[in-house]
Amino acid sequence: MLTLSGAVLATNASKGDTKRQLFSLSTNPNLPSPIKSQKAFLVSSGNEVSDGFRHYIVFNVKPERLPNEAPYTIVGDEFRYFGDKDVVAIGNGRIRCLYRASSSHNSILLTEQCNNYCLMCSQPPKRVSDPWLLEEALELIRLIPRETQSLGITGGEPTLLGDGLIELLRLTRNWLPHTSVHLLSNGRAFADAQFAKKYAAVSHHDLMLGIPVYSCDPTRHDYVVQARGAFDETIRGILNLKQLNQRVEIRVVIHKQTYQGLLDLAEFIARNLLFVDHVALMGLETTGFTRANMDALWIDPAEYKGELGKTVRKLRNYGIRASVYNHPLCLVNSDAEQCYVKSISDWKNEYAPECTMCSRRNECGGFFLSGIQYGYSKHITPFP
Amino acid sequence: MSKFQRLDFYRSQTGRYHLLPFRFERVGDGEVVVTNSAGEFAYLTPGKLKALVSHTLPVTDPDYTLLRSRHFIREEDDAASLELLALKVRTRLSRLRDFTNLHLFVVTLRCDHSCHYCQVSRKTEDKAAFDMTPETASKALDFVFRSPNNAVKIEFQGGEPLLNFPLIRHIVLDAESRNLDFKKNLQFVISTTLSLATDTILEFCRDHNIHLSSSLDGPEDLHNKNRPRPGRDSHARFVEGLSRARDMVGYDSVSALMTTSPASIGRVRDIIDEYLRLGFGSIFLRHLSPYGFALKTKSFHEYNAETWLDFYREGMDYIIALNESGTRFVEHYSALVLTKMLTSNDPGFIDLMNPSGAGIAAIVFNYDGDVYASDESRMLHEMGDSSFRLGNIHKNTYEEVFTSDALLSTLEDSFTLSIPMCADCAFEPWCGADPVYHHARYGDILGRKPESEFCKRMMGTIKYLLNAMKDAQTREIFDRWVNKC
Repeated sequence: MLTLSGAVLATNASKGDTKRQLFSLSTNPNLPSPIKSQKAFLVSSGNEVSDGFRHYIVFNVKPERLPNEAPYTIVGDEFRYFGDKDVVAIGNGRIRCLYRASSSHNSILLTEQCNNYCLMCSQPPKRVSDPWLLEEALELIRLIPRETQSLGITGGEPTLLGDGLIELLRLTRNWLPHTSVHLLSNGRAFADAQFAKKYAAVSHHDLMLGIPVYSCDPTRHDYVVQARGAFDETIRGILNLKQLNQRVEIRVVIHKQTYQGLLDLAEFIARNLLFVDHVALMGLETTGFTRANMDALWIDPAEYKGELGKTVRKLRNYGIRASVYNHPLCLVNSDAEQCYVKSISDWKNEYAPECTMCSRRNECGGFFLSGIQYGYSKHITPFP
Repeated sequence: MSKFQRLDFYRSQTGRYHLLPFRFERVGDGEVVVTNSAGEFAYLTPGKLKALVSHTLPVTDPDYTLLRSRHFIREEDDAASLELLALKVRTRLSRLRDFTNLHLFVVTLRCDHSCHYCQVSRKTEDKAAFDMTPETASKALDFVFRSPNNAVKIEFQGGEPLLNFPLIRHIVLDAESRNLDFKKNLQFVISTTLSLATDTILEFCRDHNIHLSSSLDGPEDLHNKNRPRPGRDSHARFVEGLSRARDMVGYDSVSALMTTSPASIGRVRDIIDEYLRLGFGSIFLRHLSPYGFALKTKSFHEYNAETWLDFYREGMDYIIALNESGTRFVEHYSALVLTKMLTSNDPGFIDLMNPSGAGIAAIVFNYDGDVYASDESRMLHEMGDSSFRLGNIHKNTYEEVFTSDALLSTLEDSFTLSIPMCADCAFEPWCGADPVYHHARYGDILGRKPESEFCKRMMGTIKYLLNAMKDAQTREIFDRWVNKC
């Protein structure tokens, strides 16, 4: 697991200058000076250091070869993974990695506020207002390499930003015209047809909206997201979006409260929402609220193998594109395997000790680190 | 104290719910099937049904959840369920917006076969009397391209249409040339026995993507008995033609239809085996229509709906067993009904549409320029009953034909939601109006449903399918049929 943020060891920034700044990193000392002056140089052992960079990031101790007077930040070894074209934020004595050029799992956190309160939320919402996250995101979009293939936008609930989200999407369209964007939302805001229209009017070239639907029973969905009336708004939101030809993915997290209704949900989708673009069936991540609700949520995936297989077959029979995410390969029946995706973000992906001998480990998505830490299936069986 | 609420917190606290439109039918001991206007269904016990309509079904009852998610009931604040229900009903009726797709051209009544049950064919050498002329064809094409539908299918019928192949060639070329401007999704089909399919004809079909809809009634003895022709070689010619057509036009460009004649009864497995032997992936267990020579020769009366249902059920049992043991094979008639039961789409099959598909889903141009509401309508005309003749292509305008009383009254009067018994029938969402059939059989386009063979056949088919799909494996087979996977 990668450490995405932490304290810096030292900096030569003046005490008053604690304002957070975003930097695009470079490992190339030979950049022309007009570009150098916009970038932070990543000083790692071996590479030569040239002057003229806007900032220098060094590991553990300040090296002799740093240009005089150059602004620098010293960080620990946990950030050794930083690389060329990554984007970091530095300020208030902390450093955070906002974008990793070598990863295909980059996500922008737009807000930590949410109007749902899901039992298994991996990113528990906070009450405090955090408009700085949007400001940072707007700046970040302009620093991300333009050849970036994919980018996630997440929260909290990004639509709580209203026009701020629309502005960000428009910026993404304009600055990253080759990037496919995946936005996670509970979809409730789109029940407002006017907001759905604003969203559609961005006319983004490659935007998918991932919206969770946990059950075809409104009561159960509302319970899982801990918000009365949420199901109704979410479904009306999906209808408004599809009426405007927006791409929508339905995301289902499978746990003790949802696995029994999985096949009914698939049938509901086939009957009512056949026009959605994708259905993602996802394993539980043992982090955030999930840990507080383990008794209510945890079920060994081995116990719902059959349900998952039937659900995948139902969706496929109805011509709905479906994927199984966040499951170890050995806990998925062969009929669900054709939809299997190695999906866990690289920075929090792990394997269990049992997996060492497995012959199909390369095809397997493994576990969330949190799963390894807080308990995983008793039925992990290495493929011979 | 947890900061999370329990499931019960999200249930309706009042227990009040509204009923959405639904109908019900007793299907077995202690079992009722309820259907909504979008064709969704659920099983209830009579007790639960009573509780449901008395507004006393408890919110904690699993059937409450089921009925709410399938849009039989809604709570006061459920707005999405109304939107979804409306959307599904709109989707089922969306074909109406597109208007006429299928245009049948009867290019000749002449035929080399003399089938007992055939409605219209003539044995004659007099081409002038029963062939369509290029002038008539041209006028008919004017109508075809007036259709607002972006997808247009032209189907050549007979008699044996290949006996007037020069006209087919003429129409195809003319239509393709007109379509350079119209840019419609234009498809061609020839309904033929394949007995006269020469290489030249097949090459033309290949070059113009023409689909061949053929006829196979079963094994050689049965087929030849049903379909007499000089030399008694109909089956052999079919097999030979099929093989050449697959080679030259394409495997999926040739399909076959079967007609259940009195001689077919009891032989459904032989018939299915013959389809399997010849490499077909599907069959249409089609009952005989009460038209033309079928009535005249009384072959229609030789079996009734109940006999046909026995034939159908035996065939379906066999087909389901085939699928379960790994051979994918579809029964089309069931697939049409199942599409209405298991999806929010209407397959647009003329006999199973409501409003009826007559005229507005398909239209027939007879060899002499007469326009009919359906293939059956012109067969009735050949029997002396012109009730569904909508006009003549040489005398009437497009507007006159499509606003003719013969068409509009037929559609309006046969609308199932206003027909006695149909309006209350739980199976109505899966059925259709067949005004021409009822007129032909019973003298009025409604018919009295307790006497209607159409109704008996549909009720029997649906009950069979409902029962069969209780088995999870069969349900999965049906899921694949309706989605053509």
